[in-house]
Amino acid sequence: MKYALYTGCTAKESTPELLKSTLLVAKTLGIEIEVLNEASCCGAGHLQDFDEFLSLVINARNICLAEKRGLKMVTLCNTCQLMLENTKRKLDVDEKLKEKVNQKLGELGYRYVGNTKIQHFLYAILEDIGYEEIAKHIKRPLNLKIAPFYGCHIIRPSKTHDGDNLNENPYKPNAIENLIKVLMGESIDYPTKLKCCGFHVDLQNTPVSEKLTSNILEDATNAGAEAIVTPCPLCHLNLDVKQRAIAKRENKDFNIPVLHLPEMLALAFGYSAEEIGLNHHVIDVKF
Amino acid sequence: MEITLKVYRFNPKKDDKPHFDKYKLELREDAVLLDALNEIKWKFDGSLSYRRSCRHGICGSCAVKLNGKNVLACKTPLKEAIEDFGEVLIVEPLSKNREKIIKDLVIDKKDFWDKNKKVKPYLIANIDEHPEKENLVKPEEVEALENADYCIACGCCFYACESIRANKDFLGPQALAKTYRFSADGRDEAKKERLEFVDKLGIGVWDCVKCQACIEVCPKGVDPFTKITHLHNQIFEEGVAKKNVAAKHAEGFVHSIKKHGILDEGMLVLYSEGINVARHLPEAMEMLKKGKIKFPWNMPKSEGVEEIKKLVEISQTHELKG
Repeated sequence: MKYALYTGCTAKESTPELLKSTLLVAKTLGIEIEVLNEASCCGAGHLQDFDEFLSLVINARNICLAEKRGLKMVTLCNTCQLMLENTKRKLDVDEKLKEKVNQKLGELGYRYVGNTKIQHFLYAILEDIGYEEIAKHIKRPLNLKIAPFYGCHIIRPSKTHDGDNLNENPYKPNAIENLIKVLMGESIDYPTKLKCCGFHVDLQNTPVSEKLTSNILEDATNAGAEAIVTPCPLCHLNLDVKQRAIAKRENKDFNIPVLHLPEMLALAFGYSAEEIGLNHHVIDVKF
Repeated sequence: MEITLKVYRFNPKKDDKPHFDKYKLELREDAVLLDALNEIKWKFDGSLSYRRSCRHGICGSCAVKLNGKNVLACKTPLKEAIEDFGEVLIVEPLSKNREKIIKDLVIDKKDFWDKNKKVKPYLIANIDEHPEKENLVKPEEVEALENADYCIACGCCFYACESIRANKDFLGPQALAKTYRFSADGRDEAKKERLEFVDKLGIGVWDCVKCQACIEVCPKGVDPFTKITHLHNQIFEEGVAKKNVAAKHAEGFVHSIKKHGILDEGMLVLYSEGINVARHLPEAMEMLKKGKIKFPWNMPKSEGVEEIKKLVEISQTHELKG
């Protein structure tokens, strides 16, 4: 099993713990990883606002890098996943657009074909490895109450993710809940589990972003969660890095650690806090 | 087919608080949610209130929330609903904000209609009211609307919008998709005025949180989110964009990608915010302490960044003006 890993920018910059823990989990599960170091930023859900065509070209090139290697493309960030999948879905049904994009790519010797599957790490390992095999590697059962926070771009729009996220029902997904249970933790339900953290308006409308994140932190805390887990590093930035500032501004007293999804696996697989990179968290993770 | 329905009941004039009534119904295999509501009203409890009219997915009046998803009752087969959500179906109004509830599943959609009205949802053009022959619109001109004209104003997207939950002033997906329906119409003469209106910070396109909920619920395939993206593009193409934090943020990605391939997160915030970057200092200090900030000397670059730069230069379709 070998994946072409599209790390996204945050895993190489503001969330180094995400890349670290992903590599540990892949090693344990026997997955070989080839990092797509030539890849560019996906535009993070904003580049297409400035220039939709440019966004398509840039992401088609990123996909070409996995196609060239003949490997499944695996992402670590919900927004990267959506940007790449959106590009693929658009080009795969529109020959004219694909040709237009390929004209640009052709100048640099690339050609987008459309024969690579693009999956978020969460769904890639569930599809290729499965819960049973994952359970075999547990060395330290979680024994924690964990609140799953999906983040928008991995479950919506369901049509875009069709076939790539185990066909999750966006109103009733269950992959993270199941994974928590398999790792012998307790999955905690709470009202804002499937809502938005507001990350994408954090610069232009900070109060909205902070209000939405605050609701999640508060709901998860009130439901008795000891930690939140998310497959998205952008949600993680809002939930972890901004947590203290938000608590202060919204006059709340939550203080809840937030795990990246691969970190949760790495913890259950018995890796140490140092190996995982838990020292990079703003809200201390001490279990 | 036997189905179990839990229906939200609330009469603000009589009840202190809402409750759910449970009904077990026997219905045809091909029944839709509206059939179930009719069955309850006609056979079990005539006091149940809900809106309905056309029964064909055109009037938009029967929109309700089914197990968390906003749907048209007349277009939702119960069999599929049970496959999606399990044996017990929970029916609620689009919004459970008590001030909006008129009775049971009927809500006052004033907030929705106010936003719709604000974007002038009609063609603005000097037209001959008594033309000698029909004014034909070419198929490619209709295609340019990308189904934005399919909107039936049911409110499913508006009451699913994550941004509106935290920002009452946001125009919302329906009004923005409606804006595109006219800004993309070659006959409309108010394109620039429309774009200037939705470019306003706090109410317009920049305040969409990109949660994709509007795409998920739209029963007519309007895809409001993509229309919002198109509006962003039109705002830049028409030179309407102001050099504020939002426009500079979107444009800043081009600079960063050209320079590093991957993003320079710190520089992007600095470029977007200008002098206001100081407001991020508390978080920046936390990040610095935890090794979450890269400096220019250890900023990672994509391998072969020159190639990426060239690709951006040959593919970029416009620039930030002004």
